[in-house]
Amino acid sequence: MPKKVHVQTTINGEAVEYLCEPRQSLLEVLRDVLHLTGAKEGCNNGNCGACSVILDGRLVNSCLVLGAELEGKSLETIEGLAEPEQLHPIQDAFLENAALQCGICTPGFIMAAKALLDQNPNPTEHEIRYWLAGNLCRCTGYDKIVRAVQDAAQTTS
Amino acid sequence: MASWGRPENSRLIGKRVQRLSGADKATGKAKYTFDINRPGLLYGHILRSSVAHATITHIDLSAAEALPGVKAAIPLIEPGKRVRFEGQEIAAVAATTDDIARDALRLIQVDYDELDYVVDMEDAKEAGAPQIRDDWEGNQSEPRVDERGDLEAGFAEAAVEVEATYHAPVQTHVCLETHGNVAEWDGDNLTVWASTQAVFGTRQNLARHFELPENQVRVITEHMGGGFGSKFGPGVEGVTVAKLARITGAPVKLMLTRKDEHLVGGNRPSMTQTVRAGAAQDGRFVAYDMSGYGTGGIGSGAGFTGPYVYHVPNYRTEKSAVAINAGSARAMRAPGHPQGAFAMDSLMDELAEKLNIDPLEFRRINGDSDARRDRIRQAEYTLGAQEIGWHRRNRVPGSGTGVKKRGIGVGCGLWGGGGGPGTEARVTIHASGAVEATTGTQDIGTGIRTVIAMIVAEELGLRPQDITVKVGDTAPGLPSRGSGGSQTIGSVAPVIKTAAMAAKRKLFAHIAPMVEADPGNLRAVGGRIRTESDLRMSISWKEATGYLGMETISEGGEWDENLRVGDTAGVQFADVEVDTETGLVKVIKIVAVQDCGLVVNRLTTESQINGAVIMGLGYALLEERIMDDQTGKMINANLEDYKVPGTMEIPEIVSIAYDTDRKITGIGEPPTIPTAGAIANAVYNAIGVRIRELPITPDKVLNALG
Ligand code: FES
Ligand code: FES
Repeated sequence: MPKKVHVQTTINGEAVEYLCEPRQSLLEVLRDVLHLTGAKEGCNNGNCGACSVILDGRLVNSCLVLGAELEGKSLETIEGLAEPEQLHPIQDAFLENAALQCGICTPGFIMAAKALLDQNPNPTEHEIRYWLAGNLCRCTGYDKIVRAVQDAAQTTS
Repeated sequence: MASWGRPENSRLIGKRVQRLSGADKATGKAKYTFDINRPGLLYGHILRSSVAHATITHIDLSAAEALPGVKAAIPLIEPGKRVRFEGQEIAAVAATTDDIARDALRLIQVDYDELDYVVDMEDAKEAGAPQIRDDWEGNQSEPRVDERGDLEAGFAEAAVEVEATYHAPVQTHVCLETHGNVAEWDGDNLTVWASTQAVFGTRQNLARHFELPENQVRVITEHMGGGFGSKFGPGVEGVTVAKLARITGAPVKLMLTRKDEHLVGGNRPSMTQTVRAGAAQDGRFVAYDMSGYGTGGIGSGAGFTGPYVYHVPNYRTEKSAVAINAGSARAMRAPGHPQGAFAMDSLMDELAEKLNIDPLEFRRINGDSDARRDRIRQAEYTLGAQEIGWHRRNRVPGSGTGVKKRGIGVGCGLWGGGGGPGTEARVTIHASGAVEATTGTQDIGTGIRTVIAMIVAEELGLRPQDITVKVGDTAPGLPSRGSGGSQTIGSVAPVIKTAAMAAKRKLFAHIAPMVEADPGNLRAVGGRIRTESDLRMSISWKEATGYLGMETISEGGEWDENLRVGDTAGVQFADVEVDTETGLVKVIKIVAVQDCGLVVNRLTTESQINGAVIMGLGYALLEERIMDDQTGKMINANLEDYKVPGTMEIPEIVSIAYDTDRKITGIGEPPTIPTAGAIANAVYNAIGVRIRELPITPDKVLNALG
């Protein structure tokens, strides 16, 4: 078996070290090694966005990134978004708008929305839709998701 | 007799209440089956047939077994047996990591003696096509014939006739969480975390398979990522993972890959129907002669509805299924209805045009075959037509000018969804004031957890968040039905309601002597217990329950059919824009007017309607399982080439939850039925050329336009 890789990185503001196999995806590392299961596996090949995380400020599909690539980088996952007693405004907006049903796509949508609002605090509806086009949801019909992001933009800007 | 009371007197029922599990889901805390990690967990995968039809001559697992990290490798089919579609299970492995399990699959040697296959329905019907099912002669099932009235007399009365063939493709469920389970044995006790719509059904199936008493099998589904009809029993994968766990003596997780999911996770059968129909000069629909079939892959069923919704006195229908070498169909969101509705609503428009009657007027004239539904439907036509601006439609289809042409269309649907008996539930009140509601249903994303809390809270004068709802677990031994047929709420809500009433009565009886009141005079409101007559007597909920001391109240409920209703009617209107240069259909707006019975949670109801409409939009414009004649394989078994709608495709959706009755009904399925018909009719209204085959993709539009 190939030697494991030692990785030192920052996840949700905290220093984290782990060992992973060279070929393990970041999604697998998060879910199976670090037991951070908020990022979901919907397809494992970059087509559904359920595994969305923010890597050094950029939105990525964690199933398309290697765990070893995290060395020296900074990662934001859904687990780091809320304060202990306070949901993030995007999370609040998702709840208020009923922008989730089964909820398995929700962490991915919320991370994607966060990445958008971080760089564009006042997106138009079209910009929101365009940005979220890589995230699939089979339950909600998206409309309420888009509205939730619009509402969150209002509260955060 | 129990009743829901007037909605204006309800504090919670009919209001907008946030999903109780919402925060867990939005923070990533909620654990789905896919997220279950157990100490010493192994990962399972299934090797599947790479060919469409073959006899298996040999399976060699030795190289896989020898791979370090592999803990078990088992065959799932005996040599000598046939595989009948790409994706059929051949062997399974369990290993210490997911990657090793996948590596092990590649090391399994399978020898196939390949047979001729057929993946096209028309080819499968031909004499001499490869035989797929042993229990049929040929590949087409015995047709089922239904007749009513006098078809010939009907046609004799007809002033106009339409003859047409309509086709709808195979659609796959695409649950974002694939099928799968985590299994763990403790001696002869099996625990399974399952992504299922039926914890009790899954338990029964597993108990039978492993010859165990039911109480030695526990099935847990705390959260699950979508089912849409495809996730009832444990399936081959569920039985396999339990076997692997037993052999290895370790917990094993086996989730299907996305490709597996498309191949074996179920699908909506296709439909091809040829219909000849007639209408009289005064607009009466008088004759309907339809013959059609669909394919459920190697499965036996491919039913669809027809005649549908509208009243026609004379008809003859002939329906059958055609087997092909592809994965089996399963129930999918309103099985049989969307395909039937698309054909029926297209036909209605074609007849109306021949008669030179407005299509909506033609529908009004022909009503609904059921009187109660008809009353509702007529009102829905009016509401929806107003909202969409029916008068804006092209009087002459295709007469709009410019490259992008707009059009408006209408479609209809009906569904049962009333629920039934068989649910047991308990509402428990503790001395601390804590309240639990427990039942063996499962929340498949529809929000039943929140609905249960709302009903109990309404009864006990508390807030929904004060109620701990325990569902998705067989351990408490309170069975409920599988969540299918939009039956969950109608089955569960009445039992919860009567259990909460019983618990409240018990509590009142207990505390009445302490507060010197007549129990019949006590009321639970706003977190307090007080008497109706004397407003000075008012104690907090906690004070009241404190009187229980060492006692706990725990009451069951009864299913009461007067608390729920079935048979809903829905109408949808679509406003589309067709780009005549690219062929792209863009849906601008959908108005969904849906009979929802008594709405419990308006917020989640709307969200469910939206989701159903979007699945219908995917069916109309995007989704199709594509089988390749040259290889016998599905060539779009991923989420890149199998197109489901995304944010860019989504129209404005106006959902009108039409409350028609003071009783509860399920609406997970009905609003997905009318969408495709409405869109197809809108496309016709825009371009003046009818496309009778779903999905309405740009190539079909361009071809139609010539
Ligand atoms: S799991 Fe990464 S995009 Fe689908
Ligand atoms: S809420 Fe179920 S997939 Fe989005």
